[in-house]
Amino acid sequence: MTHFARRAALAAVVLAGLAGLTGAASAQTKTLDTVKQRGQLVCGVNVGLPGFGAADDKGVWSGLDVDYCKAIAAAVLGDAGKVRYVPTTTKERFTALQSGEIDVLNRNTTWTISRDSSLGLSFAGVNYYDGQGFMVKKAAGVKSGKELGGATICVQTGTTTELNLADFFRINNLQYKPLVFEKMDEALRAYQANRCDAFTTDASQLYAVRLLTSNPDEHIVLPDIISKEPLGPAVRQGDSQWFTIVRWVHFALLNAEELNVTQANVDEMLNSTHPDVKRLLGKEGDFGKGLGLDNDWAYRAVKQVGNYGEVFERNVGSGSRLKIDRGLNGLWTKGGLQYAPPIR
Amino acid sequence: MAVVGTATTAPPRPGGPIAWLRENLFSSWTNAVLTLLALWLVYEAVAAVLGWAVLHATWQGRDGSDCARAEAGACWPFVNAWFGQFLYGRYPEPERWRVNLTYLLAGAGLVPLMVPRVPHKLWSSVYLLAVFPVLAVLLLSGGIFGLRHIPTDLWGGLLVTLVISSTGIAAAFPLGVVLALGRRSPMPIVRSLSIGFIEFVRGVPLITVLFMASVMLPLFLPERWSIDKLVRALIMVALFSAAYLAEVIRGGLQAIQRGQFEAADALGLSYPQKMGLVVLPQALKLVIPGIVGSFISLFKDTSLVLIIGIFDLLGMAQTASSSPTWLSPSTPMTAYVVAGAIFWIFCFGMSRYSQMLERRLAAGGERVVAKTAED
Repeated sequence: MTHFARRAALAAVVLAGLAGLTGAASAQTKTLDTVKQRGQLVCGVNVGLPGFGAADDKGVWSGLDVDYCKAIAAAVLGDAGKVRYVPTTTKERFTALQSGEIDVLNRNTTWTISRDSSLGLSFAGVNYYDGQGFMVKKAAGVKSGKELGGATICVQTGTTTELNLADFFRINNLQYKPLVFEKMDEALRAYQANRCDAFTTDASQLYAVRLLTSNPDEHIVLPDIISKEPLGPAVRQGDSQWFTIVRWVHFALLNAEELNVTQANVDEMLNSTHPDVKRLLGKEGDFGKGLGLDNDWAYRAVKQVGNYGEVFERNVGSGSRLKIDRGLNGLWTKGGLQYAPPIR
Repeated sequence: MAVVGTATTAPPRPGGPIAWLRENLFSSWTNAVLTLLALWLVYEAVAAVLGWAVLHATWQGRDGSDCARAEAGACWPFVNAWFGQFLYGRYPEPERWRVNLTYLLAGAGLVPLMVPRVPHKLWSSVYLLAVFPVLAVLLLSGGIFGLRHIPTDLWGGLLVTLVISSTGIAAAFPLGVVLALGRRSPMPIVRSLSIGFIEFVRGVPLITVLFMASVMLPLFLPERWSIDKLVRALIMVALFSAAYLAEVIRGGLQAIQRGQFEAADALGLSYPQKMGLVVLPQALKLVIPGIVGSFISLFKDTSLVLIIGIFDLLGMAQTASSSPTWLSPSTPMTAYVVAGAIFWIFCFGMSRYSQMLERRLAAGGERVVAKTAED
């Protein structure tokens, strides 16, 4: 009996200890203070997705998402180089954020309601409007997805891609024949071997996949986007200050593009008389204070990383091998969806 | 006598290569067909490999577009640009000498231990098991003696593969022996703990164990208390292979006849003496192929860590082939072939060494068990 009692007491102590540990884990420390104290931003990125997050043969990281890490580090710490990149896989990316292993997740992650509501994360914005698209052979002369009636389409099985495809053709009352593959490489190989007329996956990947074909110039990506895949940076829920910083670094890059403030001219722009530019670069108002930063935060981000347009063109647009069209990611003033609230 | 005198001596066996061919390869028409078929297959394979690796390969180039031709073979400039990363991961280039020095220190311990003729085996093993690990951690990780601290998420490529597998082997072997002995122990608690551990681990896939280590563990620990991801993986790999090794070793223990145990008892040897001097040397010798098999599969299993975001050799190969600059149809294939070749060199080396060890131990012992027809 006493033996049993002792055991029970031991079990209770162990359980209490565990509860204490988890309790400590959920107690939020302010991410901004942690980052400042550490002097380094820990940024979760993709293990290797061309144009978004990938390291080169010297170990230098680059990509659209990587530039967002740099911009945040520039705004918060004053130096875009003070970032430690943690490559995360699809499966462990959310845990890495929840457990505090990383401060922000910049890893082409789709913003959905379930992720926003039940995973304990908050998406700070959309830095790339992605969606499913089609790649066809140029020689076929197809100009739009709606002309694909009766076509055979190579698709990867078990993904939302396959379902989106079915929806698209049903909505448009068109016939098609799916050719389904377990792996993307196989689907691509079948497409190249002319077993199907079109290849479908997320548009951002289509451009990278195009480079894996033996003659990229023979293939085009159609303008149709048939699903919504808004990708953006995510942070832990419950730290509204850090959430606001990440969100406004994104908006600052967008506002900079809208106001024609570039990496090259940002120093001249300091003397601009345009009130929006003055507010963006901290010459007027006290907007950095509200974020817990100084007023030069946006100036540093643009100076060290460039505005959204520059980031886009450098990593995935005309300045890269991917050559992705701005499309949905153009500014709202130019027919795209990228829109930032004003800094005032 | 007369019989012998009249008997004609056998005609001399025809010699030369043609006779050899006729006897071995074309002795019947089925054999001839098989020989021709095999020759054709060999020709096709060699031609395909040569065509890919040499004739159609790209030797010069600055980025993936140079390798993007129809029928393009291997993309060697890509390997040239990324080879450092294949070997060291993202370990900073000016600090790579530290990795090389670690290899050298490991070699300094391993060579005397592995070459039969060199004496001082005991000192080599003490150095390898006690001194070298400390030196290696200090050298690789740094942060002391003015060496720059290199966090483990920068380690990668072959370095990580070797770190995980060598730590795994070094930790799993003694642990496996203990577990195997524990499983045969008459003490109920020791026995049930050993059985419980072995059966639990053998019932769970390594991927699950690694996931637990990388995904679940951090959630249970307080935020500041994070254990390094590589260390977590190391511990899990070692525990995992210890369980498998324990079963291999138990097989060896069971093959030892009761007489050996009884003789040791009759001599008045204590339990450690009995096991260390009489039973284990015989048991381990019997299961060398099994042990080395476990080591080889451990070495190859290390590539599973790429699923938790640690870049071993295979992980590095995948990252390399998705690098934007080198995207081309032939890049992924080239990366995988290079990674595969490096894996093969190590596994083949281990396998050959174990065969040498088997022959040597079999010849030296009185009970020639492992002596097989191959030598």
